[in-house]
Amino acid sequence: MSASDRLHASKIAATLLVLAIAVVAPGCKKKVPPPPPPPPTRDVAPAPTVARATVDSFTAEPSTIEKGQSSTLSWSISNATDMSIDNGIGAVQSRGQRQVFPTSSTTYTLTANGPGGSDSRTVTVSVTTPPPPPPPAPTGPRLSSAEMLQQQSQDAFFDYDKSDIRADARDALTRDAGLLKQIFAQDPNFTVVVEGHCDERGSAEYNLALGDKRASAAKDFLVQLGVAGDRIKTISYGKERPQCTEANEECWQKNRRAHLSAGQ
Amino acid sequence: MKRTIFLLSTIFISDVSFAQISGDLMKQGGKPAIAVPDFRGAGGAQNLMNSFNSTLWGDLQNSGQLKMLPKTVYPLTIPQQPADFRPPLNGRSQGPWLSDWSGPPVNGNYLAFGYTATQNGQLALYGWLYDVKQANPSSAQLLAKVYVGSPDEAGAKKIAQEFAADILKLFGASSLMGSKIYFVSDRTGHKEIWSMNYDGSDQKEFTHYGTITTFPVVSQDGTKIAFTVYPMRPASPGHPATEGQPRIYVHSLETGRKLVYLNQEASMNAASDFMPDSRHLLIYSTASTGISQIFMTDVDGGGFHRITNTRSLEVEAKANPKTGTDMVFLSGRGGTPQIYRMNIDGTDVARLTTGEGDCANPSWNPNGQIIAFSWTRGFEPGNFNIFIMDIASGTLEQLTHGAGRNENPNWAPDGVHLVFSSKRGRTSQIFTMLADGSGLQQLTTQGNNEKPVWTKGTQ
Repeated sequence: MSASDRLHASKIAATLLVLAIAVVAPGCKKKVPPPPPPPPTRDVAPAPTVARATVDSFTAEPSTIEKGQSSTLSWSISNATDMSIDNGIGAVQSRGQRQVFPTSSTTYTLTANGPGGSDSRTVTVSVTTPPPPPPPAPTGPRLSSAEMLQQQSQDAFFDYDKSDIRADARDALTRDAGLLKQIFAQDPNFTVVVEGHCDERGSAEYNLALGDKRASAAKDFLVQLGVAGDRIKTISYGKERPQCTEANEECWQKNRRAHLSAGQ
Repeated sequence: MKRTIFLLSTIFISDVSFAQISGDLMKQGGKPAIAVPDFRGAGGAQNLMNSFNSTLWGDLQNSGQLKMLPKTVYPLTIPQQPADFRPPLNGRSQGPWLSDWSGPPVNGNYLAFGYTATQNGQLALYGWLYDVKQANPSSAQLLAKVYVGSPDEAGAKKIAQEFAADILKLFGASSLMGSKIYFVSDRTGHKEIWSMNYDGSDQKEFTHYGTITTFPVVSQDGTKIAFTVYPMRPASPGHPATEGQPRIYVHSLETGRKLVYLNQEASMNAASDFMPDSRHLLIYSTASTGISQIFMTDVDGGGFHRITNTRSLEVEAKANPKTGTDMVFLSGRGGTPQIYRMNIDGTDVARLTTGEGDCANPSWNPNGQIIAFSWTRGFEPGNFNIFIMDIASGTLEQLTHGAGRNENPNWAPDGVHLVFSSKRGRTSQIFTMLADGSGLQQLTTQGNNEKPVWTKGTQ
């Protein structure tokens, strides 16, 4: 609510208070002569002999809406015989509320006619166009999930000719499971591929099968930790895609791994 | 001292048994002795005779089937045509004669001779093969033929290869002429299947999948090739192109086209071998098991059925080419990967190797009795050497001895040669050798080349 809205609201409250006094006071003292009319809100003309129709209040709440939302018009009228609101609303009772769905900013005019004269009041409902939803960039949330995966996932490493999940791999995969659950929750279409890799020493044929076993061992571990198995695919690269090509144990260890990558 | 003698004799005996397999294959000791003097060319043909003579000698020697008699012991007068032979008169030489070649110092059984000439713009070879133990030229003649080629180096090589092939046929040795080697090369930046002639000539790219294409196997009838591909999935917005799970592709070698092969829904399907009938495939796949096991399928992928049933890695099944009723394969069931044999239905499993080191790449000799394979026995993991084994006796022979990393031995159709890959520098290259490890020849130089398969080709 803006400062001007708050000012507007306090004005309405003050008006309502005056109105309440005006309504209650005559009811209490039916037999006594009518008290002086409430201070006129608009005209300072002397009070007519026949009470003039008066729009006591006419408000729209909220006065500013987004396109597609509604605002409620509320009004209260005294001494009128014929009351209407324009913009297709038509005749109304002396007190009432009406929900309106303007598609653009609209000024509503409430006209009250009575034997003693007429009154009218306007209220404006401002309609704003909501900002377009953030455009789903072509790479949208998928890429950010893929980036998250790429930056935050950890490889699980294996011993030579083994597919057992070592203690260090257990830690890595446990963190990966948390990451995957988070990514899967925020990105319902995201899938992941567990790649199995081997070092260069075994034969390519045997390593194809060994890499597959490593990938599926890593997948099984993630599934045990509650990651959705139907969103994990495995692929063995054997020793076809080493990330390190030197012939030493440090390098071989880097290549004996299960690695997470974004699925398609 | 006694101990030393005992050790020496043990080594001596084992060495003898070690050489036995290749010796039998190459008929060592009982090989026909052949003299092949340099041929001469008439007129312009003489310029091409260096190519001709080295090709003829090379092909005969590389066959491993003949004992090549050294040129240094040949008589001074070399016959060029049958009319040159003149019998000795009263014990005195009148010209070239059969006994000049059968007696000392040559001690030959056979003589190849002839000459070339350019005729009508073509290079013609007049070639003969004589059995020099015979009494006279008319009964000595085993081969007399005219060969025609283009009047250039290629033509000279071609007629020499054809003449050598005819000579080898007479000795029951199948010539390698026309045989082809399929292999994997990354020289274009991707692993693709390539083909070349048995001597390394005419290297051609066969597949163009632009991904990882590997593990070629060829049907015995020479009509089909199967291999394993990581099918490329095209790039989509936000996703680079990526490789899919490995799948088996079968292509026709007659048209080059891809044939229908229905892969199993599995993380891995790999081509292992054709059955000898060329209508079934052995594969290894994770289908229905979650771990690589051996299966057989029809050549279109139908009729899928399981052969091994273990919780260990089972790969590289190779059917006995002679019987089709048994196979060798690689299994991790006993620890490290070792070579096993079993019946085609999976029964009667027996381990063939000792359990030491890592084994890989079993390949049958066409005789269905001997296999070649790679093994790290005696070396660090990854340092494979080529071994051959007689399956019935278990006798082993080691053909390479630590020079580089030697893998994927594959027998030539003649059962005497092997092709294999060896990483002896920074790259892996393809070599051929004889079954005793001799006669090493390097066939490739560009990029990395591996997984050779030697086929009869389309003769």
